[in-house]
Amino acid sequence: MPPSICEVCKDARAAVIRPKNSQKICKQCFLTVFEREIHETIVANNLFHRGERVAIGASGGKDSTVLASVLKTLNERHDYGLDLVLLSIDEGIKGYRDDSLETVKRNALQYQMPLEIVGYDQLYGWTMDQVVAQVGKKGNCTYCGVFRRQALDRGAAKLGIKHVVTGHNADDVAETVMMNLLRGDLPRLARSTSIVTSSAASDIKRSKPLKYAYEKEIVLYAHHKKLDYFSTECIYSPEAFRGSARTLIKDLEKIRPSSILDIVKSGEDMAALVPPEVSGSISCAAEAEGEANGCGSRNTNGDSMDLMEKQIAANEAAASLETEIKLPTAPAEPAARDSAPVVSIHDKKSKGRRKGKINKQVMGQCERCGYMSSQQVCKACSLLEGLNKSRPQTSIEVGVEDEEGSTTLMRQIAGIVISAG
Amino acid sequence: MTDTLTITVEFTGGLEMLFDNINKHELTLSRTADNGNPLTVGYLVKYICEQLMKDSRKELFVLDGAVRPGILVLINDSDWELEGEDKYELQNRDNILFVSTLHGG
Repeated sequence: MPPSICEVCKDARAAVIRPKNSQKICKQCFLTVFEREIHETIVANNLFHRGERVAIGASGGKDSTVLASVLKTLNERHDYGLDLVLLSIDEGIKGYRDDSLETVKRNALQYQMPLEIVGYDQLYGWTMDQVVAQVGKKGNCTYCGVFRRQALDRGAAKLGIKHVVTGHNADDVAETVMMNLLRGDLPRLARSTSIVTSSAASDIKRSKPLKYAYEKEIVLYAHHKKLDYFSTECIYSPEAFRGSARTLIKDLEKIRPSSILDIVKSGEDMAALVPPEVSGSISCAAEAEGEANGCGSRNTNGDSMDLMEKQIAANEAAASLETEIKLPTAPAEPAARDSAPVVSIHDKKSKGRRKGKINKQVMGQCERCGYMSSQQVCKACSLLEGLNKSRPQTSIEVGVEDEEGSTTLMRQIAGIVISAG
Repeated sequence: MTDTLTITVEFTGGLEMLFDNINKHELTLSRTADNGNPLTVGYLVKYICEQLMKDSRKELFVLDGAVRPGILVLINDSDWELEGEDKYELQNRDNILFVSTLHGG
């Protein structure tokens, strides 16, 4: 094949074929156009305002590393006047997250940005290593995803920052659109396509500046810019690598590369047709599980959500049986609370889904941790309850020692860790 | 012209885990290795599967006889689609890079 010449500068040798339009361009023009398009996305959607403090959800992986690098470049080039901070979540996975956090620490130096790391252990009393020891390798991604969602918000709150940007790319969005389409979940379909998600129940806004960027181009950008990123698969989600929605998207891209952006566009157009009373007036960020998983586990969302529903149901069933070995419940609550009302909420939801009725989700606050939730108890607290129940000895101990009145579930959890150690 | 080709093969983006976590491999191939046919990237992929990869999870690299969708191939830093994909004939000192886009970010 004779070498192709860049279609933009008509000078250098083409090295990249753009998936969105099959344009053949050289390395330098690619870097320029990639940055320019992100800038256009930011401007067209009014993502930022001057003087804003913005936390970049940073995992050390390709997407968030490219996001941090591009935002730094654009912030300087176009004088956005942003105060950028890296925010990382430490799930507590030895041999995986500790390595990727080293990457984020190097990024913090390379990009001269402050870095804040928030750990699952401090937030929930459980590291993912401990969760896996408890629940096994199957389904643990569910815990990780639900926990991460809150962790980013809590980390941002700790820093006094009201805007978190994440590295979700066009492939991620296309995948979420496909999954919600396949599940017939219109409210989520509508929410998952929006570039900014916010909620009345939280003052922290989320956005995805890379929403229209192909994963392929993100990887090429990282490669040609020689960015320092981490790419070992999470040791607990090797199966995620074969996620079916992911595979479908990549197969479609192979046949017709523009498919990915076309799916994103179709998702947006369909979302516009969803009546507001169905989609909810504003997105409920806490429950948008399509975004909850920043790791490879996003690939198995469908399965993991089903699994979680089952697990929550099982927890609730167990709750009605295990009255004598129960965690002390939040002081304001009667001890028998978790069997009846929670079950009924859950039943209602799944029945509604099966019959195709759409229940409008009303955002409120979790009665245990105060985090925004469309249900009385948020998903993280439900999952924690299941986890904590499986530690009968420690929960009895805590019941004795820690009764004096911790006000949140988090403190109860902290108590468990101390007494268990 | 010597009887052998020396090329550099690199795996990144998580693919290196299929190759004992070694990113960079120097390969010396006999020019007649493919029954006298010119050595192509297609041949190289087959060679990698049969000779280089000890990991049994071949499907993470090759699916249905082709490089798995979601893995980028760069020939001397150019997208292999610009170079003829698997039909590209290997030249001495070529650098062939396989990058996975499939790993978490």
